[in-house]
Amino acid sequence: MPTLNDILTLLPELYLTGAVCMLLLIDVFLQADQRWVTHWLAVLVLAVTGWLVVSGQPTAPTTAFGGMFVRDGVAEVLKVFALLASGIVLVLSRPYLRDRELHLGEFYTLILFATLGIMLLVSAGSLVMIYLGLELLTLSSYALVALNRDSRLSSEAAIKYFVLGALASGMLLYGMSMIYGATGTLDLGSIRAASATSAHPTLLLFGLVFLIVGIGFKFGAAPFHMWLPDVYQGAPTAVTTFIGSAPKLAAFGMAYRLLDSGMGGLLVHWQEMLAVLAVLSLAIGNIVAIAQKNLKRMLAYSTISHMGYLFLGLANGTPAGYSAAMFYAICYALMATASFGIILALARTGFEAEEIADLKGLNQRSPWFAGLMALAMFSLAGVPPLFGFFAKVLVLKAAIDAGMLWLAIVAILAAIVGLYYYLQVVKVMYFDKPEGEPLRAQVDPSLRVVLSANALALLVLGLWWGPLLAWCQRAFAG
Amino acid sequence: MITLSHYIVLGTILFCLSVAGVFINRKNVIVLLMAIELMLLAVNVNFVAFSRFLGDASGQVFVFFILTVAAAESAIGLAILTLLFRNRSTINVAEIDSMKG
Repeated sequence: MPTLNDILTLLPELYLTGAVCMLLLIDVFLQADQRWVTHWLAVLVLAVTGWLVVSGQPTAPTTAFGGMFVRDGVAEVLKVFALLASGIVLVLSRPYLRDRELHLGEFYTLILFATLGIMLLVSAGSLVMIYLGLELLTLSSYALVALNRDSRLSSEAAIKYFVLGALASGMLLYGMSMIYGATGTLDLGSIRAASATSAHPTLLLFGLVFLIVGIGFKFGAAPFHMWLPDVYQGAPTAVTTFIGSAPKLAAFGMAYRLLDSGMGGLLVHWQEMLAVLAVLSLAIGNIVAIAQKNLKRMLAYSTISHMGYLFLGLANGTPAGYSAAMFYAICYALMATASFGIILALARTGFEAEEIADLKGLNQRSPWFAGLMALAMFSLAGVPPLFGFFAKVLVLKAAIDAGMLWLAIVAILAAIVGLYYYLQVVKVMYFDKPEGEPLRAQVDPSLRVVLSANALALLVLGLWWGPLLAWCQRAFAG
Repeated sequence: MITLSHYIVLGTILFCLSVAGVFINRKNVIVLLMAIELMLLAVNVNFVAFSRFLGDASGQVFVFFILTVAAAESAIGLAILTLLFRNRSTINVAEIDSMKG
């Protein structure tokens, strides 16, 4: 029987579950022009969940339901930023969805369920919870990608995402079954303890390889990145903004739980595998991005390269490395919402603003949005003093500390290559002549405020990154 | 006498068949969905066999969760498939290629 303590530990998740079901019911009784009620209720639910996460945070790591659920500092930080990113996505998406007659209650319900999946995933204490949290997140994402039912690209992206995502889940599960066979337990802590004395080290290593493949797929790291560009391009931009931001925090949480909490004893083995994935992601992501003409597709390849940087921190395998990787994941989520947010702000009925050429001369027509986009691009490229620069410095330091100097050199070379295609966007906005009919940016006030705050946060956090980094480090100190 | 390794070999064969089914198949998306189902069943064989030979019930509980999620997963997969057919009038894998690069 669950005790009161178990329920209190799980309170934010339980509240979110109940609230989403209520929201689903309330939405049924609303007319299409009253959908703003669902919208603001969904934002309110995310805010209250965030408050419950922070206010009820126990001083020491607590487990509930027999070790299935862990509530520690790592889970707190990841949950707060996943909720924040989901909230930003909701506010940025509303005008876009309204213009395309996609402003449906399902969008809010699915985003909230996906967020619930993220919260369970980053708090998982057992292989079962990892699987269930992951599936709640990915099944909601499949449906979100297919949200635009009449679009050929959207349904193609959805089927590709579905097939490769299900394949990845299968690989992950197969690895889990091997690890279960070698250690005889599903609990991550017990797996770590049992892996040192396992009678079947080969089976364990075999399982680890499949876990890494599964993690690589979910992160979208090369060579398991095939789904990512198509999904980013084909999905409605509002959904791409979501998939590009909050689930990256979940992917980091999943990798940390599986690799450190579960397979920490096999650090030397997974360190090398992550280093290989990092090099491939950095190279493929940055080089292929140069050739892209579609902005969403270019940002997809940029995601692949950023996952490579994140792996630099993860491969370090110490608390300092993990906190650098978590800092990077948070930084990336905020940069993704800002850069896709600009596409959402410039799109209007019948015009997606998703080609790089569509941004020609943006500075003459909408200098404020051009400035915000330039901030996002410079931050993605890692130009000081923006947020992206300090995140990159931290993961590079983590790689050097782990004795992988060659990896850090590859990463710096990749960053120089990356500079080219980010600056290309800035050049198009500031130095090219405008073409076609004038770009009219969205005038929705909540979008303008949130997008401006999001992009300016990249500058503010770049200058004043101490408290956030300290929070990340404290999470891993316990 | 059937030993644990027989079950593991069976699981491996089923798993390899399903991965081959996903990558070799160029004709039909429904076959892809079947291959994915088969992959989850291969995992289930593994879990039940380990659970039986380790004398630990948690592996069998995991199988129930996998079966439930697999049902939800195929429901979403078939829904997306219906959508795809309505928009393109084909479910041929080789023709689903409007996005490249």
